[in-house]
Amino acid sequence: MVDAAQSKPRRGGRLRRPELATQWQLMWWKFKRHHLALIGMSVLAMLVFLSVFAGFIGPEAPFNRNNKFISGAPMGIHFFDAEGNFHMRPFVYARTTKRDSVTLRKFSVVDESTRWPLRFFVRGASYKFWGLIETDLHLFGAEGGFIHLFGTDTLGRDLFTRTLYATRVSLSVGAVGVTIAFILGAIIGGIAGYFGGMIDNLIMRLIEFIRSIPTLPLWLALSAALPREWTSFQVYLAITMILALTGWTHLARTVRSKLLALREEDFALAARLSGCSDARVIFRHLLPAFMSYMIVDATIAFPEVLLAETSLSFLGLGLREPVESWGVLLYAAQNIRSIAHMPWLLIPGLVVILAVLAFNFVGDGMRDAADPYSK
Amino acid sequence: MLRFIVHRLIYMVVTLAAVSVVAFVLIQLPPGDYADSYANKRQQAGAPITVQELDEMRIRLGLNRPWYVQYGSWVSGMVLRGDMGYSWEWRRPVVDVIAERLPLTLILAFSTLFFMYAVALPIGIYSAVRQYSFSDHAFSAVGYVGLATPNFLLALILMYLGQKWFGQSVGGLFSLEFQDAPWSWARVKDLAGHLWVPIIVLGSAGTAYLIRTMRAAVLDELNQMYVMAARAGGLSPLHLLFKYPVRMALNPILATLGWRLTYVISGAPIVGVVMSLPDTGPLFLHALLNQDMYLAGAMILVYCALTIIGTFVSDLLLVALDPRIRMEGQT
Repeated sequence: MVDAAQSKPRRGGRLRRPELATQWQLMWWKFKRHHLALIGMSVLAMLVFLSVFAGFIGPEAPFNRNNKFISGAPMGIHFFDAEGNFHMRPFVYARTTKRDSVTLRKFSVVDESTRWPLRFFVRGASYKFWGLIETDLHLFGAEGGFIHLFGTDTLGRDLFTRTLYATRVSLSVGAVGVTIAFILGAIIGGIAGYFGGMIDNLIMRLIEFIRSIPTLPLWLALSAALPREWTSFQVYLAITMILALTGWTHLARTVRSKLLALREEDFALAARLSGCSDARVIFRHLLPAFMSYMIVDATIAFPEVLLAETSLSFLGLGLREPVESWGVLLYAAQNIRSIAHMPWLLIPGLVVILAVLAFNFVGDGMRDAADPYSK
Repeated sequence: MLRFIVHRLIYMVVTLAAVSVVAFVLIQLPPGDYADSYANKRQQAGAPITVQELDEMRIRLGLNRPWYVQYGSWVSGMVLRGDMGYSWEWRRPVVDVIAERLPLTLILAFSTLFFMYAVALPIGIYSAVRQYSFSDHAFSAVGYVGLATPNFLLALILMYLGQKWFGQSVGGLFSLEFQDAPWSWARVKDLAGHLWVPIIVLGSAGTAYLIRTMRAAVLDELNQMYVMAARAGGLSPLHLLFKYPVRMALNPILATLGWRLTYVISGAPIVGVVMSLPDTGPLFLHALLNQDMYLAGAMILVYCALTIIGTFVSDLLLVALDPRIRMEGQT
């Protein structure tokens, strides 16, 4: 208890008593001082919320094609109409389809004379909520027409809805990948650190070796090796495994170095002398002492997995349709011609940046909080 | 010192050997082989290949032999004759195909590395000295965004902006008239004019990371007692800064030079593909997709070799820079 020893009065008159606080409470207090980390945390919470309720919040179904609005630009929400009149209920302008007299291609024009007012809780395309309940209720929608906040792609699919679904998939890839890497890193690093000697040396050489291989070429080669006829779900699992396969090394190093330091401590010796088994010493006495560092490492690994998945899918070697992830959506924006005509296809990329930023901030905050006794 | 170098050299050779096995296993992983993918292509073109032809092709290419025999002949050819196999897709020796494009990858990688350090070190030092100033915060903000933006997305955004504002494509490395021209001074200048976009794309995240590391390292040193002592002794601030804290802070930065190189090499293929550079990136992706086994394997090997050599060089640099490591084992 260094500087935290003085009790500070808090709002509401309650006293903060550092000398009584648990380790996790101290960490939380320290974490809260990192404002960017708190903001990052709320952004992440929002993203998770949006992706969990993707079906309800997105006004369309992800694979519905809107033939009246193909390659359509994002539709702005207005409160003031063309004459400058204010409307309590926000609206979007109607879109009508015209045909180019020369090329005969259909294109849509904004019709400022007609308004499509926005309403909450409208009936639209049906979907299965969490794969269980069939419903057609959506959070919002345009009455009498359609609304595409992020525009549509070349097939007329709503980019906003698809981004929500993609967020769900991409975050899940990150979560599963990091979890696998976490478990692998804890076990392998634990073995290396606890037993030391020959085994430790071997494992450390292996880690060094894996780290000397450039990651992206390795991932590319591995994902190119996946059979083409695999279902998208199998590919999803395989890609997650591939990303976890190289992600565990960092964690294993942390676990090892902490274990090496801690196993020499008196409390570890005491536990061993009282007859605790190896497993009990590791899991009951040593692990809780450096759990926070592992969580920090996992948080830092998360955005790396997100970026890796996005890059792989973007190159066409990662996830594939009908699975949707950020990378899969960005795959449509691969060449300069499609970006020049439809810059809104890059919007999922902005979501990627937002998510990775948020994770980095949270990671920073956690790194500071991991050792609550330092200044 | 000599022992250290020999030790690292042996370690490097062993790692290279291990990498060659990994590379070979990786390219053996995909189900089917080049013959299958060739047959598939012929089928789609409407001229299917007979089973007998397929078998003959396998025998001709040596695909019917067990994998360790194939590996053995691959490695021995490489070590003894500098022969990395034959690219079936390009119908030329792999060495020639790679040699054509590798220089550009190397130029790109090393200019990026240079760019990263040239930009990051001064900014890192400045941010540390002027901690919490407006420019410190501004650099931090830019750095955070740089870290969070995937390379290819930055490339796409730059390409879009280039198209929109300058009406020209910023992809590629040469102007039209220099595309196939022989090397000349004018061509080099043309290359330099195009190279900065991929350099920024490839280097942004690494630069951001380096700035953060450098800033933290200098800050650590600035708070040391010896700095205060030197200041009290009347050393001029600038002289002091560069003689001690910066000098000390450089060690951890240079120690990770190898990793930075790994990072740049690792990111190069995707930037090459997105910006359609005539370097090894598109070559590698294409080879992987077409199961052009020896070309893909050789590319993996080249990428790995580059990073392993880079790590070796950064180890040597560290020894040269840090007397504590140099003296180790001598006392």
